[in-house]
Amino acid sequence: MLRAHGLSLAFGATLALQDVSFSAPAGRVLAVIGENGSGKSTLLKILAGELRPQAGQVEWNDQPLRPGDDQVLLVHQELALCPDLTAAENIFLGRIPGPRYSPAQLQDRAHDLLSGMGFPEIPAAAPTRALPISQRQILEIARAEARDAPVILLDEPTSSLTQADKQKLYDLIRTLKARGRTILFVSHFLEEIREVADDVVILRDGNKVAEGQIGDFIDADIVRHMVGRSVDDFFPRSDRTRGECLLTLENLTGTDDMPRQASLQVHRGEIVGVAGLNGAGRTELLRTIFGLREVKSGRVQVKNLASLSPRAHWRTQTGFVSEERKLDGVATDLSVAENITLPRRQGFLNRPAEGRSVAQRWIDELGVKCKDPDQPLQDLSGGNQQKVAFARLLHAECDLFLLDEPTRGIDVGSKIELYAQMDAAAQRGCAILMTSSYLPELQGICDRIAVMNRGRLVAIHDGRTVDSATLMADSIQ
Amino acid sequence: MKKDHSLPILIGAWILIYLAFAVAKPGVFLSLSNVEQLVRQSLVIGLGALGITYIIVAGGIDLSAGSVVALATVTGAMTLDQTGSVGAAIGACLLTGLVCGLLNGVLITRLGAGPFIVTLVSMLALRGVAKGISGEKPVYPEAPQWIGQFTGALTADNRWMIIPPGGWIWVVCTAAFAWALRYTTFGRNVVAIGSNEAAARVCGVQVNRVKVATYALGGAMFGLAGLMLLSRTRTGDMSSAMGAELSMIAAAVIGGASLSGGQGNLVGASVGALVMATINMGCNTVGLSNWVQEILTGVIILVAVAVDRLRARQLSVAG
Repeated sequence: MLRAHGLSLAFGATLALQDVSFSAPAGRVLAVIGENGSGKSTLLKILAGELRPQAGQVEWNDQPLRPGDDQVLLVHQELALCPDLTAAENIFLGRIPGPRYSPAQLQDRAHDLLSGMGFPEIPAAAPTRALPISQRQILEIARAEARDAPVILLDEPTSSLTQADKQKLYDLIRTLKARGRTILFVSHFLEEIREVADDVVILRDGNKVAEGQIGDFIDADIVRHMVGRSVDDFFPRSDRTRGECLLTLENLTGTDDMPRQASLQVHRGEIVGVAGLNGAGRTELLRTIFGLREVKSGRVQVKNLASLSPRAHWRTQTGFVSEERKLDGVATDLSVAENITLPRRQGFLNRPAEGRSVAQRWIDELGVKCKDPDQPLQDLSGGNQQKVAFARLLHAECDLFLLDEPTRGIDVGSKIELYAQMDAAAQRGCAILMTSSYLPELQGICDRIAVMNRGRLVAIHDGRTVDSATLMADSIQ
Repeated sequence: MKKDHSLPILIGAWILIYLAFAVAKPGVFLSLSNVEQLVRQSLVIGLGALGITYIIVAGGIDLSAGSVVALATVTGAMTLDQTGSVGAAIGACLLTGLVCGLLNGVLITRLGAGPFIVTLVSMLALRGVAKGISGEKPVYPEAPQWIGQFTGALTADNRWMIIPPGGWIWVVCTAAFAWALRYTTFGRNVVAIGSNEAAARVCGVQVNRVKVATYALGGAMFGLAGLMLLSRTRTGDMSSAMGAELSMIAAAVIGGASLSGGQGNLVGASVGALVMATINMGCNTVGLSNWVQEILTGVIILVAVAVDRLRARQLSVAG
């Protein structure tokens, strides 16, 4: 029996997990579900000993767990395998008997282990980089079996699997269950949870909001527990007049089928939101529109633009804010002024004085907290960095905004400022397409909300009337 | 499962290059004494390449190799000068290399400053140490005859050895290092760390310890290379082996090492050193200028890297 007592962990001011207790008996599968950011991954990392809780403890059979005793093994979402080692070596990594070892013997042991798990077809001698992703995942689970770990944690194990591979994984989970392993299973998808789980724990904002046997819950209950919170009213919504169409997608399919056959129109004077789970293809949709990913088939029509390069977009007043602020959102080594004027530099010479004076206007307008326009962006808080990224669009006089998670990880004050700016932009006739993982925000400011699910754009709702349960249901079914 | 043919291809390419020069200058290039000479010329880079390959496979780099070689010639020569004992001189060379490698490894793992910077620093500093202890002039030890025999010309009665004793040490080291990378836990941990350091750590591999061990092992090999250089030149020279680290890295890369870690071939690295020495000697024999040699060596490295990339692409397509 795995038991967690009062686990709490805060990252700065954010409570990732708050007094979470539960128990998971041997030979059963416990599903841990919740929205993005509800604390699922934090919980698994604490159980696996990768994070230390600030309060509470984890016990296995009434003994506190110590890191490194191999009782609990976490199968990561991002696979933790060495591509240059063989399958056998990856399974036994850190456990290869030494100093000398025989590859043949190790491969035999790996083959026996994999056969026992129902995967005799995985070549134990093959270099791991040559194996398909579904088999690589099995290797990680085999790693847990090689260590005889009684508790196995699976973090969204099916996110990159085909239907046939999923079935094999479910079979494997049942095999492990029959061996008396305790299995924790994180997933967004209700159908999967119903397929393999016995019990369920539901998290929301770091709190446990419900638990019990999966049979005691109907889908609607689960969804209600996952999203159950009221929409705050700091979302401004002035009168907007819908005008001409600036963006048209027709059966748009991108690289890796992300997005897949998406069709959508965005007009002047409206904010269109894109909801969906992590990995549903929202970011890919925006990046494909902006010319950062390849169009495989279908059509993107942005204004009357023939070329889809980011440079052409900026020149025709279409702007983009990236989800990954540090990666390609802002240049943290450059100053506030340089960041704001970056997409709209003219001429050969850099004119710092001119840049400073235009930047000061946006600093005042958006309330960016900085010493002066010359301050490097890395000194600013996340919220202020995001305001700078947004100010670029205003400075470039954009009328089509593509915003990928514009408010992720920023403080409430900055959020309110950005909502107000977006609302004002829509009112003066700009078109905005934005993604968000935070449903209340989409419901608060969007005129229409599209939902993506595994690459497809599955539904478009009226932003004023749609409820969270419908959006969540579209995302996970 | 696709079989990896890159090593046979490399060896074949080397033989082709050798034969091309042999056709151009048949009398000189096909003699046994030329083979002997080739080994003598590639020995220092070849031994160093073995050490640096381990470091590269573990995801590191060592820019101080040339300085360590020079320092080892100095400490070896000074020991020989003062004690007259060849055994002590050999010990001094190896120990110098080992200590320098340990120092690099510990600084890299404790400081977390990245191997490029740390070994760039030790490249400069160790060269300075070599100059300091030798009083800024070469050390000419009163050498007993047999320190020279590691790399000396073979006489009529030891002709049967084909290549000098130092060459045989190189052959044995190549075999031992290749075996150890494949058939010891240490070797597999080296590959694991270069391949995915985080995964290795999660699985309980003592990442820092293994990394330090690769730098120490590499250092010992640079020390051994220094011994061979001392044997050849009979001089402890603080300004020798300038830029040798780059030749060693080039040999490792020609042999199939990837600078992003996880991949490397010891036999390949040794052949890589031979390829570079062959081009060098061949150009000299045929009478091509130095600049032609340098361009040719660059092209060979480029071809090796391109072949390696193509192979990697094929392997991933096969998966």
